[in-house]
Amino acid sequence: MSDYCELSNLTKIYPTPKGPAIIVKDFNLRIKKGEFVTLIGHSGCGKSTVLSMLAGLNDITGGGIILAGRELSGAGPDRGVVFQSPSLLPWMTAFENVMLGVEQVFYTASKEERREIVEYYLTVVGLGDAMNKKPVELSQGMRQRVGIARAFALRPKMLLLDEPFGMLDSLTRFELQQVLIELWRKNKITALMVTHDVDEALFLSDRIVCMTDGPEAEVGDILEVHFPRPRERKAVMEHPDYYRLREHLIEFLEVHAHKHKRVPITPPENWPPDGTMFLTRPKPAAEPVTNQ
Amino acid sequence: MAFLELKNVSKSFGTSSVLKDINLSIEKGEFVAIVGFSGAGKSTLINLITGLLKPDSGTATLNDLEITGPGPDRGVVFQNYSLLPWLSVFENILLAVDEVNRNWSPAKKREHVEKYIAMVNLTPARDKRPSELSGGMRQRVSVARALAMNPQILLLDEPLSALDALTRATLQDEISRIWQEDKKTVVMITNDPDEGIYLADRIIPLTAGPSATLGPSFVVKIPRPRDRKAINHDLHFKQLRRDVIEFMLNSRHDRHVSLTKKLVLPDIEPEDLSLPRSIVNRRTRPLRKSEIKEETVEVE
Repeated sequence: MSDYCELSNLTKIYPTPKGPAIIVKDFNLRIKKGEFVTLIGHSGCGKSTVLSMLAGLNDITGGGIILAGRELSGAGPDRGVVFQSPSLLPWMTAFENVMLGVEQVFYTASKEERREIVEYYLTVVGLGDAMNKKPVELSQGMRQRVGIARAFALRPKMLLLDEPFGMLDSLTRFELQQVLIELWRKNKITALMVTHDVDEALFLSDRIVCMTDGPEAEVGDILEVHFPRPRERKAVMEHPDYYRLREHLIEFLEVHAHKHKRVPITPPENWPPDGTMFLTRPKPAAEPVTNQ
Repeated sequence: MAFLELKNVSKSFGTSSVLKDINLSIEKGEFVAIVGFSGAGKSTLINLITGLLKPDSGTATLNDLEITGPGPDRGVVFQNYSLLPWLSVFENILLAVDEVNRNWSPAKKREHVEKYIAMVNLTPARDKRPSELSGGMRQRVSVARALAMNPQILLLDEPLSALDALTRATLQDEISRIWQEDKKTVVMITNDPDEGIYLADRIIPLTAGPSATLGPSFVVKIPRPRDRKAINHDLHFKQLRRDVIEFMLNSRHDRHVSLTKKLVLPDIEPEDLSLPRSIVNRRTRPLRKSEIKEETVEVE
C-alpha cells in the first residue's frame, strides 16, 4: 500500500536569546493508510512537537507534511486530535461538545443525521447514559471518552493522539485502550499516537517509532508489531513476542534516559534565512544507535 | 495475631458504602501493595490504618493495639507530598523528628535528620524549600520524613502517581533499595499493577467501588533485587501480571450495565471545509460512501 501520510525532513527550531533551540531535526516518517503508528520517547524528546506540527497547531520550521496527497498548512477537521487533557468546553454537555465539530463537517447533512452520528459515537465509547452531562459531572476517564468520541465523530483522515491516557490511572487506561482500538478497527482510520507507556504502545500499534532524547530528537529505532488483530489484551500479553518487545522498549527508554546530548549542533544551512543571526557550531560525531 | 490486622471493616460516607467487609492481615517486615482503580476507596482504606478515619464497623489493630487515631508509629507518605512550604528540606524532616524524640539533644536530632536526607540522596538540596524542588525530590523529602520518625509501619498512599514515568521508575528503585536496607513493614496503595509487582511481596487487589472489598492475595515470588528489564523473562512475572490485571478489569466489568439500543450511523461523508461552500452547495445533501468511489473514477 502506498504512503498516506508523509513527514519529510520535519524540523522545528525555536529562536531563543541564547541562540536557536533545535527541538526536532530532519524527522522522516511514512505512514500507510490504515496504519497505527506510535512515537515513544521520554518527556521533552520532541514527540509531541512532531504531533502538533502534524495537527497544524504548531508552525513547521523546515520540511513538510503531506496527507492524502496534499501538503498540510494549518489545522483542520481532517485530522482529529485527542489531547492529554480532554479540553472539553465546560458549559456544554458531552453531546454538545461532540456536536460542535460534527455541525461543521456535516453541514450538508440533516439535523437528524447529525444527531445520529453524535449519539452513535458517544454510545460506542460507553457514554450512552451520560450524554447530557457536563464535564464537571464526569470522571476524568469519562471526559477522555468524550474526547475520543469527538475526534472519531469528525470522520477525520487521520487520528492524532497526544498521550491520550497519560492522566488516567493504569487500570482505567487499560479500559480506554480497548475502547480506542475497537473504534479504530471499525473506522479503519490512520493513526499516530505519542506516548511513553510501553504497554500502551505494544497493545495498540502496528509500528513503534522510538525517538532519541531531545534536543534534536530523531528516529532511533523502529519496531514492527505483528500481534494479530482484532486485539484482546489477554491474548496480546500471552503472545510469545510480547515480553521480548517490551524488554526491548524498556531498554531503549532506559538508555536514552541517561543520554542527554549537551553539545548544540549547527542549524540547517538554510536557517535562519539571512544566515547572520547565529554563530555556527561544530557538529558532534554521530552516536551509534543501539539496536538489538 | 498478625502485625497489622483489619477485621470485617466497613466504611460509608452518608448513604454511599465505600468499603465493605475488609479483611487484611499483614506480617511484620512484609511489603504489601494494594492495587485499585481511582475512586475505589484506596485512600479511605489507608486512612483507616493511619487513624485519620474510623471504621463504621469492624476493628483495625496494629501490634495488638486498636487504632484509635493518628500516631508516630505509622509513617505516611501522601500523593501530594504535604510538606510545609515555608520550611526547608532539613526543617521539614526535623519537625517530625522533634515531635517524636523530644528528649534527644539537638546534635543527635541533626545527625538523625541528615542521615535520612542522605538516604534519599537529597544532601545537596538540604536547605532548599519545597517550591525549589521538583515533584520527585519533594516526594523524597516526604519519604525521608516518614522514615525519620522510625515508625513501625510505613504507609504509602499512591506516592508516585503524580510523577512522570522516568522519575517514577527512579523512585521505585529507591524505595526498593531503602526497604531492603531496613525491612520495615510497608503498605503501599497504587493504581499501577506493575508498580505493585515490582516492589511488593504480596499484591492485594481492591475491587471497583462502591462497596469495594479486597480480592485474593497474589504472592510475588520474584527474587530481589528485581530488575525492570530482566523480569520480562520471568515466567512467574508474566503470569502474575496477567492474573492481577485480569482480576482488576473483571471486577470492573461486572459493574457495567450493557445497553441494548439500536444504533444507526448514517452512511455519509464529512465535507471538505477547505473548499468554498458555494461549490459544495450545488449538492443539497452529503456524499455517501458509494458515491465517493464514482467520483474517484472520474478524477483518474
